Amino acid sequence: MSLHTLTIAELSRKLRAREVSSVELTRACLKRIEEHNKPLNAFLTVTAESALAEAGSADRQLAAGGAGPLTGIPIAHKDIFCTDGVRTSCGSRMLDNFVAPYDATVVARLKAAGTVMLGKLNMDEFAMGSSNETSYYGPVANPWDRSRVPGGSSGGSAAAVSARLIPAATGTDTGGSIRQPAALTGLTGFKPTYGRVSRYGMIAFASSLDQAGVLTRSVEDAAILLEAFAGFDPADSTSVNEPVPPYTTLLEQPLKGVKIGLLKEFFDKGLEEATGSCVRAALEVCRKLGAELKEVSLPNLPLSVPTYYVVAPAECSSNLSRFDGVRFGHRCQDPKDLMDLYKRSRGEGFGAEVKRRIMTGTYVLSAGYYDAYYLKAQKVRALINEDFRRAFREVDVLMGPTAPTPAFAIGAKVDDPITMYLNDIYTIGANLAGLPAMSVPCGLVGGLPVGLQIIGPHFAEAKILNVGHRYQRETDWHRRIPRGYE
Amino acid sequence: MKEGHKDWELVIGLEIHAQLATRSKIFSGSPTAFGAAPNTQANLVDLGYPGVLPVFNREAAHMAVKFGLAVGAQVGRRSIFARKNYFYPDLPKGYQISQYEKPIVAQGALDIELEDGSRKRIRITRAHLEEDAGKSLHEGLPGVSGIDLNRAGTPLLEIVSEPDMRSAKEAVAYLKKVHTLVRYLEICDGNMQEGSFRCDANVSVRKVGAEKFGTRAELKNLNSFRFIEKAINHEAARQIDILESGGSIKQETRLYDADRNETRSLRSKEEANDYRYFPDPDLLPVVLDEAFIETARKSLPELPDEKAARFTREHGLSEYDAAVLTASRELAAYYEAVVTAFGGEPKLAANWVMGELSGALNRDGLEIGAGKVDVARLTGLLRRIVDNTISGKIAKEVFEAMWNEGKDADTVIAEKGLKQITDTGAIEKAIDEVMAANPGQLADYRSGKDKLFGFFVGQAMKATQGKANPAQLNALLRKKLK
Repeated sequence: MSLHTLTIAELSRKLRAREVSSVELTRACLKRIEEHNKPLNAFLTVTAESALAEAGSADRQLAAGGAGPLTGIPIAHKDIFCTDGVRTSCGSRMLDNFVAPYDATVVARLKAAGTVMLGKLNMDEFAMGSSNETSYYGPVANPWDRSRVPGGSSGGSAAAVSARLIPAATGTDTGGSIRQPAALTGLTGFKPTYGRVSRYGMIAFASSLDQAGVLTRSVEDAAILLEAFAGFDPADSTSVNEPVPPYTTLLEQPLKGVKIGLLKEFFDKGLEEATGSCVRAALEVCRKLGAELKEVSLPNLPLSVPTYYVVAPAECSSNLSRFDGVRFGHRCQDPKDLMDLYKRSRGEGFGAEVKRRIMTGTYVLSAGYYDAYYLKAQKVRALINEDFRRAFREVDVLMGPTAPTPAFAIGAKVDDPITMYLNDIYTIGANLAGLPAMSVPCGLVGGLPVGLQIIGPHFAEAKILNVGHRYQRETDWHRRIPRGYE
Repeated sequence: MKEGHKDWELVIGLEIHAQLATRSKIFSGSPTAFGAAPNTQANLVDLGYPGVLPVFNREAAHMAVKFGLAVGAQVGRRSIFARKNYFYPDLPKGYQISQYEKPIVAQGALDIELEDGSRKRIRITRAHLEEDAGKSLHEGLPGVSGIDLNRAGTPLLEIVSEPDMRSAKEAVAYLKKVHTLVRYLEICDGNMQEGSFRCDANVSVRKVGAEKFGTRAELKNLNSFRFIEKAINHEAARQIDILESGGSIKQETRLYDADRNETRSLRSKEEANDYRYFPDPDLLPVVLDEAFIETARKSLPELPDEKAARFTREHGLSEYDAAVLTASRELAAYYEAVVTAFGGEPKLAANWVMGELSGALNRDGLEIGAGKVDVARLTGLLRRIVDNTISGKIAKEVFEAMWNEGKDADTVIAEKGLKQITDTGAIEKAIDEVMAANPGQLADYRSGKDKLFGFFVGQAMKATQGKANPAQLNALLRKKLK
């Protein structure tokens, strides 16, 4: 079996058995990147030299003993995470020249756990997009069909892991940016509870919704990574000071008696039929494993998309004000005065989707509109939160589709932002309520992957991982490899 | 106010920005010390780098709560940080973290003393926490502006009053009162030159007796007590002139130019920013429990008004003296230390602290405690007055020498031979000589010219180089002149 098809868990065993060295593994990944990245456009930066150095030191640690489950494992980061001394572009011309002077907490913790960073991954500009088409560096192709999108905004992460260039990648999820690309590329994508993982060093899009997570080839790998970087960080006031459970040891619990809620609102007319069938089949697998299925209704959930498209742009309009051409990032040529500096630096630095959201956000926060939009959206958000709370009094986890359709064609929706926004209709609710959620592959439609979404109560990461892992033990959708990448 | 403006009344409200004396910034670990080389005290958080997050320094809340308790305000158990959005080069994030709907302190009051001795209550609407911006630098940078972000993120307490003041003098009295209070509380160093205590004034005028407020102008850049009074009076006169000539006042922000003693328009209401305040999602609400507030309460010092009342009650000082002495915590402490060291004589101590000592400090531009006459030395001087070693007049000479030469009173008295003559024989001898030398005056006195008594006192004092004990001299002279 080739190294590139193995999961982190499998590679970790081989590394510790000294069947393969981290340097060999890293070289194998770098070779895969060299062979396959160009048409995919997943990697924006490849840090081969430092990766080999890190792999070398991982090998010394492996030889000396005391290596952890991630020692010597190659990964790559979405280009939204600041990486000390490495360009961190956020998929934007604005930060094309920005070399971060520090490591994000997620990056630092994974480094401390012994991972080897191979580079930085393409993404929608400032994580604003559902198809990876808003990137300044061009769209990312879906390895399952390169004429199609990989989803977004963590599209580079999804393509790189799906094409077996690397075993896993970090991502961020503000409205579905980990789960939707995972679904569209046949991966496991995990977004933890808001506050479970530090946001420090993650370039902010919408601060109250952003959360870091992972795209992997198995639930077990997601558990291994999450264990390494979850947990309180004094540098992020919104991170929660709760102990991190040993997720990997809680994966095997039987599903007997677990109550699974079927989200009624997720199986509505917007869901493509074949996709719905795959999800229903997955639910049937869980039922056979002893879980109890029950339909639940979250009446306010259909309001998620409009609510999200008030809250997220409002926060982004403020978060992106720091990109003003004064201290870092893009600065226009020969500004004639301060206003010219602002207008041209920002006008040239930001792409159309980012500008659209900054303008929307500025509008909804303006005097006279604040109550009608921002305040009302916050109230609806509270109602959605309450819907979830009520549902979790009856069930342990909720299930439904991750995205309404499999991957769509590159260019198909770029001119229609509303249709594009509706692609996140099933994922946004978990962000608004701050809930942990995961997408796991549950079928193929026309040769394209479909995702099953599992949502849990706050801090129920272990339960979601447990349910997902038991499902993956019964199925092999997560082991399917896109043609040409075997 | 100018002549002819008697029909008009001023309405003034102040917004005071007090930099809180925390060691590190409000949302980062950078130091807050003033005067460092540009941009050496700004870390990635202060610079607003991509990905960084603010972490609240609870020491700033402790200080804000102390202020709230000192002005009898409501302390918010749960206050919220909000973002105030606007673009400016010295504002790194493009927004200032402030408090908007839920400030940490609301509804307090301070009493000020008016010139006629009466007191007036000035209501404090709110006091909220926020971060300071950086500074733009223009000097020595032709064609460009420099940005120094050392100050960015320094904690500020913005103290907003109700429009309760009716004259520039009242505004200054209130400002001084707040200035004294924040220094008593040790939450702000009060340094106006360095900008750690700043003030904006909202000024409007209305006809005496009118109920409705006039349209106000906000005056910025009022950086000394003297400027504030001048700027407010100038602005009021400007508004009255406009109204009396049939014009109307525009709501606007005006900048005071101290060099020209004029205000000029900075921006109109139409040009004002829409700050798009919303709760900062990077920060949790500031939740204060009873224990936190109790800790702040226990750390409160005796406040200026309480201290002044005690000085009048227990030391028998006049209200005026008590007010002067308590205007600064350090002055009051010095005075009390002298009284304690002496074991009494509060009036004498008060007179010397407010008189010679304060005069010398002012003359040399020194802060209390910086001069060469410390508590022990002043006490030593007062002892020599009370035990009749020297007279009050000679004592002033001794004080000057002590101040200039850094010596204690006894040393100066001994070196200069200023010890008072209390030896009856020596004084009698001097009197005899004076009487012998002035037979004419003696005859006149004895024939009823009582006024000449002063002449003999003066002559006898001169003969003893001013060292004769005045009481003894008087008594002996009366006896001998009979």
